[in-house]
Amino acid sequence: MLRCLLSALLMFTALASVPARAAADAEQVVVQDPYLEFRTGPGRGYPIFYVVDRGEEVSLLRRRTDWIKVRSDRGREGWVHRSQLERTLTPQGEQVKLAGPAPESRLEHRWEIGLVTGDFGGANIVSVTGSYALTQSLHARLDVTHLLGGYSNGLMGTAGLLHAFMPQWRISPFVSLGGGIVQISPKATIVQSEDRTDPAAYSGLGLRGYLTNRFLLQAEYRKFVVLTSRDDNEEIDEWTVGFTYFF
Amino acid sequence: MDRGLHILLLSLSSLACALWSQVAAAEAPVGDASATPQVVEPQIDRRNVKAPRIDAENFEAGAFVGTIAIEDFGSSMTYGARAAYHFNEDLFAEATVGTAKAGRTSYEDLSGSVELLTDSEREFTYYDLSVGWNVLPGEVFLGGRRAMPSSVYLSLGAGSTRFAGDDNFTLIAGAGLRLLVTDSIAAHLGVRDQMFESDLLGSKKLTQNLQVSLGLTAFF
Repeated sequence: MLRCLLSALLMFTALASVPARAAADAEQVVVQDPYLEFRTGPGRGYPIFYVVDRGEEVSLLRRRTDWIKVRSDRGREGWVHRSQLERTLTPQGEQVKLAGPAPESRLEHRWEIGLVTGDFGGANIVSVTGSYALTQSLHARLDVTHLLGGYSNGLMGTAGLLHAFMPQWRISPFVSLGGGIVQISPKATIVQSEDRTDPAAYSGLGLRGYLTNRFLLQAEYRKFVVLTSRDDNEEIDEWTVGFTYFF
Repeated sequence: MDRGLHILLLSLSSLACALWSQVAAAEAPVGDASATPQVVEPQIDRRNVKAPRIDAENFEAGAFVGTIAIEDFGSSMTYGARAAYHFNEDLFAEATVGTAKAGRTSYEDLSGSVELLTDSEREFTYYDLSVGWNVLPGEVFLGGRRAMPSSVYLSLGAGSTRFAGDDNFTLIAGAGLRLLVTDSIAAHLGVRDQMFESDLLGSKKLTQNLQVSLGLTAFF
């Protein structure tokens, strides 16, 4: 086990040395804002310790969220916010574009990934959901859910479609439709009974709202019909809430 | 006679005029630049917009090792892996997987031969997904020459714990200190509580499984 950890540590040091090499041929830009403020760390609270004036060249070394580590031509290194570098030029006079989350990306994004938790017919659930936008309002979606109940556990995989009525609104209602497979196995402490794997279909409705430019909070109710091999189909209500992030 | 010649000359000249105007029209189309010389020439160059190649490092992955107090089953060593994605300077999402081997209850130790769980049932494995908030960013000083950016974070999440042959829905509440040793390597000191309901010892109760760990992660 220790050997395993040691090799993992070695791997991380190897991984971490990659950006160091990349920094050797860093991009040069010319400052266009009145000045650039160098901070000691990638965050708004870190103190400003150095300032570079308009017209000076700086190298872009690495980026973490909205902060970019730069090196001045005198060798000082610090973190600068993306907004101060938006109007910089390359030494050839070309404009530099540092992409940030723009409000219009709400409608233009394609991929979403989310973490969801809630209640599925009395059982707690943990779920990972991913979706791909076919149009601005129609998403193809895939969910993998771990069901954790008092008497049984299970896994569920579903695929479906989600239609948002007003994707341009801050809060938009949506409907969803899909199907998949539910596998339920009783807990070990309960009397032995067989595992069941059944197909299921769902329809649902919910609300999704933008928290920030890249975050969605999504609440959903889904009605499941589990097509069991017994005489009666099982109807299950699912209530969930989750965070979704889009790329 | 004269009159006829006049008419012929007149028609010939009018034909010549018509032809000339046709040719002239073909030579100088309407709106030609040379016909109306431009007074002001716009001096606008097309601006090339370039996206710089910078290494964006918003992912973080690594391993941790620590100790976990499994309620009623003593403390054990635990180890695992964690991965995080940083949305912005304040928020991140984190996934953790880990394993431990539960010890013996006091009852098992005192009675001597009683075994509540088999060896394989003592495997304690867990996974969880949580959202973290960098609540106290700051700097840590090592002597007089070295300062490292640091952050105290809080995290809240949900997951599953497999113990005694069952999967249990688990709520996670944690706090940690992240220390950027270099720009791309971070050291973590973490404390968290993994809570799940269990009826292993008869009555159903919410078990609190506290964990303290040390970890190392790399940003990429």
